Amino acid sequence: MTQAELRLCSLLLQEHFGEIVEKVGNSLLRTGPRPLRLLVGDTGLLLDQVKKALCVLIQHNLVRYEVQPRGCVEYEARSERILRILRYPRYIYTAKTLYGDPGELLVEELLLHGLLPMSFAVSRVADRLTETMEDGKTMDYTEVSSTFVRLADTHFIQRCPIVPESPQNTKAPPPPAPALAIAEKDMYVVPRLSLVGKGKRRNSCDEEEEGEHKAKRQKQERGSSETPPDDGIYWQVNLERFHQHFRDQALVSAVASRMDQTSSEVVRTMLRMSEVTTASGASHTQPLSSNEIFRSFPAGYNIGKQVLDQYLALLADDPLEFVGKSGDSGGGTYTVSILCEELGDVGTWSVPGSPFPHPSLILLLLHRFGSRCARIFRLLLRKKHLEQKQVEDFAMIPAKEAKDMLYRMLSENLVSLQEIPKTPDHAPSRTFYLYTVNVMAAARMLLHRCYKSVANLMERRQHEMRENKRLLEKSQRVEAILASMQATGAEAAQLHEVEEMITAPERQQLENLKRNVNKIDASENQVDETIFVLESFIESTMKRP
Amino acid sequence: LRPGTLVASVPLPQALERRAAPLPGGEESEYMLALKQELRRAMRGLPYFVKPGAPRRDIERYSDKYQLSSPMDNAIDWNPDWRRLPRELKIRVRRPRKGRTASLIPKQHVALDKEETIKKLESLEKKEEEVTSEEEEEKEEEEEGKEEEEEEYDEEEHEEETDYVLSYFDNGESFGPDSDDNGDEAVY
Repeated sequence: MTQAELRLCSLLLQEHFGEIVEKVGNSLLRTGPRPLRLLVGDTGLLLDQVKKALCVLIQHNLVRYEVQPRGCVEYEARSERILRILRYPRYIYTAKTLYGDPGELLVEELLLHGLLPMSFAVSRVADRLTETMEDGKTMDYTEVSSTFVRLADTHFIQRCPIVPESPQNTKAPPPPAPALAIAEKDMYVVPRLSLVGKGKRRNSCDEEEEGEHKAKRQKQERGSSETPPDDGIYWQVNLERFHQHFRDQALVSAVASRMDQTSSEVVRTMLRMSEVTTASGASHTQPLSSNEIFRSFPAGYNIGKQVLDQYLALLADDPLEFVGKSGDSGGGTYTVSILCEELGDVGTWSVPGSPFPHPSLILLLLHRFGSRCARIFRLLLRKKHLEQKQVEDFAMIPAKEAKDMLYRMLSENLVSLQEIPKTPDHAPSRTFYLYTVNVMAAARMLLHRCYKSVANLMERRQHEMRENKRLLEKSQRVEAILASMQATGAEAAQLHEVEEMITAPERQQLENLKRNVNKIDASENQVDETIFVLESFIESTMKRP
Repeated sequence: LRPGTLVASVPLPQALERRAAPLPGGEESEYMLALKQELRRAMRGLPYFVKPGAPRRDIERYSDKYQLSSPMDNAIDWNPDWRRLPRELKIRVRRPRKGRTASLIPKQHVALDKEETIKKLESLEKKEEEVTSEEEEEKEEEEEGKEEEEEEYDEEEHEEETDYVLSYFDNGESFGPDSDDNGDEAVY
């Protein structure tokens, strides 16, 4: 694990779970899997603090545990999962676009809590939605439930591994830790629950409530002494499925900008049909016949079967091979190629959401080193190997400048030099020196830079907040006073007087702070998009046979 | 970094050769920005955000018995599903059941002499479930003067006889900004 990743993980843990959890996570990340005792020693924290931190981390899937042969339990941090905290807003937003507000809130609750039983999630989301509705209206559980089921059916959420049934009469002592497991076939099975009810507002006295609901509410307020109907069955967000969705989106978008809207719809339809049948990391979807595709095509597009076939042929013929033809049955079967390296060289600087790192790399060069450097880079991508003289000629850049740029890129690992000796003695004057882009190395370099960037952004943001701490607190107090004054019906003049407690320059300062913090937050989101592309690319390239 | 530590000199960042490109805007990024800030704010309020315990008092004060927990405390009492976790991690998170306080109080007084957990002895009826026999066994281990856990304190169900409203005992220490952490800040 690089320093940059460590620092970023640390910051993420600290910001979302506090310093105690951060210390524990940090210790595990730096020194590897350890048992509880050693962890307490390393962190200098109190035993109960470490225990609580571990409970939190395990709950959120950020740490896993394993029983060692000697019987002690070892804890291990999952750094790649910790980094995903950065992507939570994107997961939630995606759920919103696909399944509306109930979907958005369900995913949000699952992310906030790590794992939840369906019964709890549904009632909580119904409550939250009810809060936003007009007076007198409530959200029924059934609508939230059905959204939950849809999320499970499309694999965006999944069942957590379960505690194994303990054998009835065993004399052996219980194991130090449960061996949680779940079969693949059970992962998306929603238990048959009859969740009946409506959301409740926090301070309302709902006349419509029937006795049964009232009793249920009272139970919930007391802390629910009754075991829920789905006791022991927990759900979590399936991050990999969201990642697959992001990749699909990027592919569709790349097709749209290279070809046209209809072509992208064809690809989108094919991907949608393959949603749950494509294994993660696969290079192709399962073959689909053009008949099937035609049937699944969205209603709004009025294209005939023959036209569809023409589009499929076009897509299959395209040198970038978005779509491959795999057979002739059913009118021709086609697959979508998910792993398509040449795609990276597509188009101009601004391929939106491309699934490949090349545009990001090109953009990096463009912004840091200038357009000529970027031009050389694209040239090398296209031509694969070039001598220095060839670079100068093709890129139309004077020798001195070209040399300088090539060396800069070389030092940043964006290009590498290959020696091809012409004679056995490897004499320099009789050796080809070829520049080439090593995409993997470049992608890794850029990824590392991204981790550093986000960590820097976070630290800067926290610094801005600390610098303005007093002013922020003052502003909060004034807000609180204003709120309570308004509640008790104060006059406008009095309210104005309180508002004046914050001077104009202070107001300006607060405005600036807010603007800066927003900018930094937005940047963090932005960088995470690039992180996703790079990590996906590296992961799938490494998996290739 | 503490002042005085030796640090390898870090080069100051170079001036940018050219301006950075503007951030792409749009409805999607606006919404995600709001989501991000909202998430950050929400997580600070959840019981998963583990806060260090309150600093130890120098002298034991009478009013300690009636201290309300600081408002920043996690009001939601989180009880994980212990079946899913290694047994060694189990902590007693709930207060003892009312019916058993009589026998527990003397024992706990001895063990937790100066700790703020004296206030834990005030039992709450609503916390009666989840106290299993396993917990009782582990209670012996837990009470070796370990640190306190801040817990919610329900004024209405307070058992101790006193003529004063509990806010009488509020010594104002918990009001306003915490000097230790940034918990009270507005989160944008």
